[in-house]
Amino acid sequence: MKSVILQTAARPIVGLTLLVSVVVLLRGHNEPGGGFVGGLLFAAALSLHALAFSTREAQSLLRVSPKTLLGSGLLIATLSSVPPILVGESFFKGMWFNLNVPGFEDAIKIGTPVLFDIGVYLTVAGVLLAMIFTLEEIRDDAADLD
Amino acid sequence: MTTALVIMALLAACSQVLTRVLRDWSGPVLAAAVAGVGGWLLWIGQPVWSGNPVSESLEWVPELGFDFSLRLDGLSLLFCILICFIGAAVLLYASSYLRGHRKLGLFYATLIAFMTSMLSLVLSDNLILVFVSWELTSITSFLLIGFEHERESARKSALQALLVTGVGGLCLLAGVLILGLGAGTFTISEILTSPSHDLPGYTAAAILILIGACTKSAAYPFHFWLPNAMEAPSPVSALLHSSTMVKAGVYLAARMHPTMGGTALWDNTLIMAGGLTMLLAAFAAVHQTQLKKILAYSTVSSLGTLLMLIGLNAPKAMAIYLLGHAFYKGCLFLVAGSMVHATHEKYAEKIAGLRSVMPITMVVALVAGLSMAGFFPFLGFVGKELLLKATLYDPRFGLMLTTAATLAAVMTVVAAAVVAFKPFFGRPNEGEELDPHAQESDWRQLLGPVVLAGAGAITGLLPFLVSMPIAKAVARAMDPSHTEEPLKLDAISLLWPPTTATYLSLGAAAAGIALYAFRGQFRKRTSFATVPIAVWPEKLYDTSLSLLDLVTRVHIKFMSGCTLRVHIRLTLALTSVLLIGAMLRSNERHELFMGETSALSVLLTVLIVGAAAGLPFLRSAMGMVAVVGVVGFALAVLYARLGAPDVAMTQLAVETLVVVVFVLAILHMPSNKGEAKSASRFLDASIAGIFGLAMSAIALLAAERPTPNPVSAYFAENSYTQGFGRNVVNVILVDFRGLDTLGEITVLAVAAMGVATLIRIAPRRRPKDNGGRS
Repeated sequence: MKSVILQTAARPIVGLTLLVSVVVLLRGHNEPGGGFVGGLLFAAALSLHALAFSTREAQSLLRVSPKTLLGSGLLIATLSSVPPILVGESFFKGMWFNLNVPGFEDAIKIGTPVLFDIGVYLTVAGVLLAMIFTLEEIRDDAADLD
Repeated sequence: MTTALVIMALLAACSQVLTRVLRDWSGPVLAAAVAGVGGWLLWIGQPVWSGNPVSESLEWVPELGFDFSLRLDGLSLLFCILICFIGAAVLLYASSYLRGHRKLGLFYATLIAFMTSMLSLVLSDNLILVFVSWELTSITSFLLIGFEHERESARKSALQALLVTGVGGLCLLAGVLILGLGAGTFTISEILTSPSHDLPGYTAAAILILIGACTKSAAYPFHFWLPNAMEAPSPVSALLHSSTMVKAGVYLAARMHPTMGGTALWDNTLIMAGGLTMLLAAFAAVHQTQLKKILAYSTVSSLGTLLMLIGLNAPKAMAIYLLGHAFYKGCLFLVAGSMVHATHEKYAEKIAGLRSVMPITMVVALVAGLSMAGFFPFLGFVGKELLLKATLYDPRFGLMLTTAATLAAVMTVVAAAVVAFKPFFGRPNEGEELDPHAQESDWRQLLGPVVLAGAGAITGLLPFLVSMPIAKAVARAMDPSHTEEPLKLDAISLLWPPTTATYLSLGAAAAGIALYAFRGQFRKRTSFATVPIAVWPEKLYDTSLSLLDLVTRVHIKFMSGCTLRVHIRLTLALTSVLLIGAMLRSNERHELFMGETSALSVLLTVLIVGAAAGLPFLRSAMGMVAVVGVVGFALAVLYARLGAPDVAMTQLAVETLVVVVFVLAILHMPSNKGEAKSASRFLDASIAGIFGLAMSAIALLAAERPTPNPVSAYFAENSYTQGFGRNVVNVILVDFRGLDTLGEITVLAVAAMGVATLIRIAPRRRPKDNGGRS
């Protein structure tokens, strides 16, 4: 049931959605968006790819296993709580640095909550992809048997 | 002292690697290190001899007033000496006993981890830390008993020990919480300054702490786990199950005695439980045939004696008896291990004639055995003498205690002879030849027993060596107002002029020797009486376990055996009942919040309600998923319209993925023919409808009800100034409530792993079962 129309449309849509997911993640602090929605979009993009082509191809597009994504997300989110402890602040207190990049007018703000949000993004994406890929793999296997 | 604990923990952590690098020499090196820690504790404990405890404290949970506080006084020091030095002897012994064992490194690690937890238990000055260390000793003991976990009996015994001492541990936790809350502090040295008899909950705390002490120290009827714990390798039995861990209960009782003691409840319970255990276990020891089991029952008997001595207010006798017991019992366990090791025979009556094969072991065993039997001039004699005196001086139970102690002494003579005399001098039974490969142990197996037996002999000849410093320090620790009356103790004065205790002691020794000669007859005649001691308590344990098993089975059958459909039904129905009940009970009546209405929102609402109402009438699963999707997307538009773009975005993305997951999952579901009968559909639809209405009503009521201090105002105010973000929702998620989010994504991750695993292990359907739905 591979549809050429779906496959043709999927390529640009998947790419765009992946891009949008990153934008949504990064702008989340000031505008609607954030790691959770971003992660969902990321997962949506890859599951579209998996539906249009196959799980194996989506998997190779992702390069790492969803479980790695999930684990590293949790790790990053947890590690983002560590720096404040090191400087004697309480656990999970947000720390911010201003980064002056030439060419930008405002200083770019980098902080542990951003890191945390990236962790959330990766975890959510990993969670959904772990479920969807497993379900689709079985479907693919069944299709192979047919 | 904290440093000592840290060093011990590091040793435990390193011992695996060390064993890989040093191979055969890791045991001696670790033993030297542990002995070094012991020496260092003695060094910093010098002020204790003159009556000044050493203490140090680190903040632990300052918010709750818990400190990691340690305190070294006479009682702690006595235990530290036992733990470190017997521990070192045992490590050295194990390096030969378990030579070449593939898990030797792990064995050292667990053993040293045990010593660490035991040290932290006896050094702790905080009730909570006592409890934590107490549990750690239970867990390490579990690991050590189950060290050879390939054998089922080892696993069973390990679990039994863990459960019995674990139940006691929970009682202890409840007890120390009641005591600490009543006293207003969890610092032991502060609680010890005054009697706690009048504190609220004293009775409950005393009973619970006593249960904790009795389970750990194997008092009747909780004793059965200790003989079964002999599944552990001999070095473990020598350290944990004779000289240290099982004495944790004794330690606890002695530690709390100054503040909890003095009431009939505390003292008499200790005396009766201890006295009964002393007599029954000594009797059971005579009936045992395996070397280690004899020693185990005799250990149970000694533990009972120690508990009784605490109840009798005889701290000096307790200290000397404890030390004497640790010396001879630790030694005999190691010797018994060597004998079994050499002859591959664990039944005492079947080993004979080892005299010529293991001469050094024989001398060591004889010295320790004579000490155990309470013969002059060994420390066991001094301990028994003081025990008899303590029972004679106490008027509370008349001559009952003295009689019990004397009888127990008789039995102990028999047990000691069977363990330490019979294997060397006894005549072999017909047809039972000694293993020709049996040979003397090497120095590693001998050094520990030699030192322990020697210590028992020297301190027995010159009792002031222990009575002056150690017994006095222990007495000081247990009774701060203790007057400086020196304990006159030399070996001769215990014998001459003879007192009642001396005659009793002599009589017991003679009777014991006679009984040893006729032990076969005695065992046959009295075997019926061992049933309530050796069988019934364990039966009770087994019965309660099967009862628990039964309850669990019933629970699983009714609560977890049903399908997901029934689970959801139950959950939603119960929640609705609770919600509606709560709404009906409250007398407040509010106008329902209607909000702004516009043509679009009315249209969307009609769409949502209509689609939801149509769901029960759909037959195909795919159709239902599509309709649920419609509801979701319409909701997302509604959110966007009502000014919640974040929620709308998330809803949109979630809805998309839910449809994908649903579709994929449905492909794998068995055909739902027959499941969707009209009656069950009607039931489900009604439950869902009622639940939806109840939730809506609650939401509307909540919106109407003014909140006095909405937390949202704080978030809105501080979002940009403190969280540096203008999107309040996001700042709440990643900053203000970051820990919650971390918890949530962890739950998500665990759920995903579960789902992925379950899908993989589910039986695959064959393609022909697809039923044409793919």
